[in-house]
Order: sequence, then structure tokens, then C-alpha cells
Amino acid sequence: MSYRSHADLGGEDGHGRVVPEPEGELFHAPWERQALALTLAMGATGAWNLDMSRSARETLPDYSTLSYYELWIKGLEKLLAERGLIAADELDAGRMLHPAPPLDRVLRAADVPALLARGAPTERPAAAPPRFAAGERVRTRASRFDHHTRLPGYARGKIGRVEHVRGVHVFADTHAHGRGEQPQWLYTVVFSGRELWGDDCAPGLGVSIDAWEPYLEIAP
Amino acid sequence: MASDAPQPHARHGQTEDGGPGDMERRVRALRTVLAEKGYIDPAALDVLIDTYERKTGPRNGARVVARAWVDAEFRNWLLRDATAAIASLGYTGRQGEHMVALENTASCHNLVVCTLCSCYPWPVLGLPPTWYKSAPYRARAVKDPRGVLADFGIRLPESTEIRVWDSTAEVRYLVIPQRPPGTDTLSEEQLAACVTRDSMIGTGLARAP
Repeated sequence: MSYRSHADLGGEDGHGRVVPEPEGELFHAPWERQALALTLAMGATGAWNLDMSRSARETLPDYSTLSYYELWIKGLEKLLAERGLIAADELDAGRMLHPAPPLDRVLRAADVPALLARGAPTERPAAAPPRFAAGERVRTRASRFDHHTRLPGYARGKIGRVEHVRGVHVFADTHAHGRGEQPQWLYTVVFSGRELWGDDCAPGLGVSIDAWEPYLEIAP
Repeated sequence: MASDAPQPHARHGQTEDGGPGDMERRVRALRTVLAEKGYIDPAALDVLIDTYERKTGPRNGARVVARAWVDAEFRNWLLRDATAAIASLGYTGRQGEHMVALENTASCHNLVVCTLCSCYPWPVLGLPPTWYKSAPYRARAVKDPRGVLADFGIRLPESTEIRVWDSTAEVRYLVIPQRPPGTDTLSEEQLAACVTRDSMIGTGLARAP
């Protein structure tokens, strides 16, 4: 397996200026509303989880050329195709051509408010005490990952300080690959700008990530 | 990519192989097939869109901030347990399950990003703006936050520490901007009007009344 995410953009040069946008400008074409709603409605069927959908999007080979909601639609089509829920000829024809395997749930209009209000909390009971405490110096894993991960490349192999212990949370790295929740302690770890970007970095910058315990070891 | 090249994430509805209507057709086909298979209830789609287009948005967060400005006890609660404090005002749920509030001060300015995707506190800010999800913001916020702030017309004193929070897990961050001077006599509702969306991400400041 050679897993490659195209979404790990932190620290990349050459992307140009940020273009601000007025408040309330949410969609730029009618289909974008549908992309949002279809993605949320299909997510609610339980056919996959949120980490799987992030993984589906970040591994799209043409990630960098797609707009945001194009990513959502292509990610959704990929999740559906992988599970045999939809076939390419059906998308071409714009109608159902093959039997529909049953799903656990279908989201009904009346259930939407309760579903959104409930959300999907990821905190789980602790099975063991946390390995690290606030204030402790830690080093992040340096080697690359061959699977979905939420440790950004710019923060790999860096020394930082545990600032907050955030409880035990579903581990995205396993959850994204159908290997269960395997909940892990989650920490906010802060790095100095110089640790991340070198001595040229302007002083007075701190950057934090939220890191699950398997990403961390005690700093030498 | 050259810095003056068009930003791919700023384009909408066009793919390499099609014109502007290509995505419209593609999404319509997908919706039809999913509905025929019984996987979606079209009425549920309408409720989802209405929720995020009209009922949820940064005015929610602005009310949280205004309350924190006028009520010290609420502010302390918000900094200690943002999920519970925000829920007390009625804002809960999807993409806001684990909230943390960050208070901007004269000495420290907080800025929130998701370099890996687009994590954002939906119950208090609604859906993220395009720039928040775009490559320029995600790439630069963690390395050159002052440059990003300049793109928003914001310049902070050199002595102000900048703290960037990369939302890499399911914790969602809400910035409490500094209360603008000259607002002592304003009502909570008037104060909420000073709180912009960008000020709650950290790419802006609360505006003077």
C-alpha cells in the first residue's frame, strides 16, 4: 500500500494571496447546495464515517485542481462506488440501472434537526491514564505514514510542548480505514515558529496541532 | 504554482473536461440515482440546506462573544468549558461537539486554520468561507500568519505574539476578539453587531460601532 494525501498543505509555498470574501457568501452555484446536502445525507446513512470521507477526498489524484465542493462530490462518488452502492453507468445515465443494496439508515426530513443537534462526539471513556502531562516536552513522529493521518507533514519530527490534555478521542488513523475507533488520548501540542520553519521565522509565532498519543514520544 | 496564477479553489463548477454546467448535470444525476435507490429523502436535503443557509451562521458566534464581553462569569465559563457555555445559548451539534474558546488580548492574537481539510465550528460560525478552505490560507496561515493578516488588511504590533491553532482533530476553536474601545454604553445586541465572522477566526478584528 502506498497511501498519498494531497491535502497536507500547511507551510507549502507558492499558493499566493488569500482572497477574502464577504460574510454570507456561502455557495457560488446551485449544485454546491446539493453537494453539501447529499454529502451530509449520505454520511448519515452510516455507510462510512467522517474519517473515511476525509480520506476519500484527500486521496483524489486531481485534488489540487478541484474546487471545494467538487472535492466533496468526487469524494462522495468514490465512497459510493467502493461500496457497490452506485455504478459509473448509473451516473452516466442519470438513473438507477442496478439493484440497490440496503443501507442501515436513511435520513428523513423530520430527523434532520435532531441529527445535527446531536452531532457525532468523538470523546470516549479513558481506559488508561494519559502518557503525557501539560507542560511536558514531546517529539512528534518523524517517519511518514502509509495511511490516513492527522499529523501534518510540517509538524513531523518536531519538538513541542504539551499545552492541553483534551481527553480520549476516536483515532482518525484507524477509523478512516475501517480498523475501529481505537480511542487515544488527544493533546494540544504547541511548537515555536523557529522549530517548524527555522531561524528565519519571525519571532513571536507559536503553532499548535491536536495530536493523538501515538504521534508523540518523550523529547530527548 | 506561481503566486499570480488563478487559484484552483476559487473556481466553481468547472472541471477540466466540461463547461460551467458540467457539475450541475453531474450532481443532478447523482441526486436522481440516490433518490431512486431510496438512499436519500429529497425533503431532508431541503432541510439540510435551509439549516446551513439560513438558520446557522456567524451571528450565533457573535452572540457568544458579546455575552462574554458583558458577563465575566460567562466569559470564565466559556474559557473553561466552551462546549457547555456555548450550549447554554442553544448552539450545539455537528462540527461543534468539542469546543474551545481562545481569547485575543493586546499581547496575544489567536488565528484558527485547518491545514488538512476545512474543520470549522459550524454551530457558531456556520459553513466556512471559500478562502478558509482554499490552498493559500491553509498553506500560509501556519508559516506566515502576518502575511495572511495583511491580505485581510490587518496589521498587528510587532510585539504581539501570534498563536495559530491548526484544527487537526475534532476540537473546534472559536476566537473571542478584543472588545473595541468606546463600546461601554452599547447593549449586548449592539455589541454582537461589532463581531465579524473573520474576527472569530482570527483573520479580522471586531469593528468599532
